[in-house]
Amino acid sequence: MTSTEVHPASEPARWVYLDRIRTRPGPSTNPDVFSPEAAAAAMETMKILVIGAGGLGCEILKNLALSGFKDIHVIDMDTIDISNLNRQFLFRQADVGKYKAEVAARFVEKRVKGIKITPHNCKIQDFDEDFYMQFQLVVCGLDSIEARRWINATLVNMVDEDVEDSYKPLIDGGTEGFKGQARVIIPTITSCIECQLDMHAPRAAVPLCTLASIPRQPEHCIEWAHLIAWDQEKPFPQLDKDDPEHITWLYQKALERAAEFNIPGVTYSLTQGVVKNIIPAIAATNSVIAAACCNEALKIASNCAPALGFPEANYMMYSGNDSIYTYTFKHEKKDDCPVCGQLARNMDVDPTWTLRELVDSFAARPEAQLKKPSVRAEGRTLYMQSPPSLEAQTRPNLDRTLVELGLEEGQEIAVTDPAFATVTFKFKLKFKQ
Amino acid sequence: MLKIWSMKKEQQKAENAAEGTTGVAPKKKKVTAAQLRVQKDLSELSLGSTMTTEFPDPDNILSFILYIEPDEGMYKGGRFSFTFNIPASFPHEPPKVLCREKIYHPNIDLEGKVCLNILREDWKPVLNLNAVIVGLQFLFLEPNASDPLNKEAADDLRNSRDGFKRNVRQAMAGGSVRGETYQRVLV
Ligand SMILES: [Zn+2]
Repeated sequence: MTSTEVHPASEPARWVYLDRIRTRPGPSTNPDVFSPEAAAAAMETMKILVIGAGGLGCEILKNLALSGFKDIHVIDMDTIDISNLNRQFLFRQADVGKYKAEVAARFVEKRVKGIKITPHNCKIQDFDEDFYMQFQLVVCGLDSIEARRWINATLVNMVDEDVEDSYKPLIDGGTEGFKGQARVIIPTITSCIECQLDMHAPRAAVPLCTLASIPRQPEHCIEWAHLIAWDQEKPFPQLDKDDPEHITWLYQKALERAAEFNIPGVTYSLTQGVVKNIIPAIAATNSVIAAACCNEALKIASNCAPALGFPEANYMMYSGNDSIYTYTFKHEKKDDCPVCGQLARNMDVDPTWTLRELVDSFAARPEAQLKKPSVRAEGRTLYMQSPPSLEAQTRPNLDRTLVELGLEEGQEIAVTDPAFATVTFKFKLKFKQ
Repeated sequence: MLKIWSMKKEQQKAENAAEGTTGVAPKKKKVTAAQLRVQKDLSELSLGSTMTTEFPDPDNILSFILYIEPDEGMYKGGRFSFTFNIPASFPHEPPKVLCREKIYHPNIDLEGKVCLNILREDWKPVLNLNAVIVGLQFLFLEPNASDPLNKEAADDLRNSRDGFKRNVRQAMAGGSVRGETYQRVLV
């Protein structure tokens, strides 16, 4: 054969090796669930949703397209910033200012023939359950815990025990510097993101009373400007973390506060970092984690090999901070998970605490991390942050102790926070002796 | 695709095997589902500058009063109040909402019953109190003649917007329209 007869770009040739993997059983393939025809058909017809088109999202979209998924949707509300170009390789300088989802979709569609990528330039919260119901699989590459918690709660709420198609497996990837994780969640069957929240130590969840009275670090001054000064002064109707004017306002407030307490180190970029919760990104960590997520997607879709998630391991952590280490384990589902469990979780409290101390403690609890909690017991409104009239009526309770408020050992309290609209936290009070 | 059903069966087998030793103790004063949901809805309420609430008993969040003072439209300058009574079956059933004043409005009758689609046939459990409040506010901005509870007011609106507007002002000042005397609601 001469070199002119070689078909380097022909599309069937592109999938030859992939087909060998997804349509032939391997040593660990479960023969009860695998069939080559079903595997090929599933990948042809399945609709897969990618959330996030940033560092992880670019990798995920490229990998899924090259893994043979044909009908991909992607959601991202962000537009391309010049600082993204070093690692978000689907974007070029000319794309700065355009929507990430749109540009990423068009780029991958151009490079991989025969696939369709539908971009959605909006927030995940703009869609309802009907939208999410059309997908068979969801892959998340997000940098925000709040967004992860939202999609997790939504997918868990969608489960209808009588409808197999209402269970949408969620594959979640995340990175932070040299560290990362990939996990598979089968809503209501395996441990969910909310069950696993203690895996993410709170970064800046400082109790409000510290922020309000005794800041010690530049971050405290910035959080004070962000959570307290902004609400008091409302310089703009709605805080837009991408608006330099808003960040500048917070920066100036934080500076004044830092000067008052003699704390050095408040800068504009630190303000931006704290307010937007910016996590340093390393391109190669994104590649590792996205690759792990997309291989799980391929296996879940085709059954060609057992996937992460059931019955044993469901969580893979990757650490490159100190040499290199990965560990795969089973994170147990929690019966008292506020999203997928039904039971209230136990909470150790000191009965001599004031309600204010209890309310502030929710910010520091790793499984809650609530900044604006409202608290009730059965038939008893302890403290509501909203509406204003109810806030004013319940405010005096903040200075009363739990005992004075008539709370008892074993009593259940319900905590809500506007940041987590679909979640209610239920705690059972355990009095310390 | 992953076989979710077979996974579920295995999970249930494991759960049944683990059960049996410890019975669940009766729960102490559990917060009811309706209260949980109302608490959640109240935490994310956005009232704006034209609305306020009043809770006669703050411990009972299932019952409150909403005040609306429209800052535009034909009902500007009035103060209207609605009682909200939320059934124990909420959010599977909508809140019961009544206007406390006798007012001249095509979608509110003389007893205070409110004709708002999401309070009746179009209610869905995914809707929240904010949706209801936005709907009520909208009734004052855009009274709707096509689905009336006060037929005469609706006829007036259909026949002449200006005439209707005059009637609204008259009724809000405590005057009568077509022989019916309305309550003064001007602030
Ligand atoms: Zn859970």
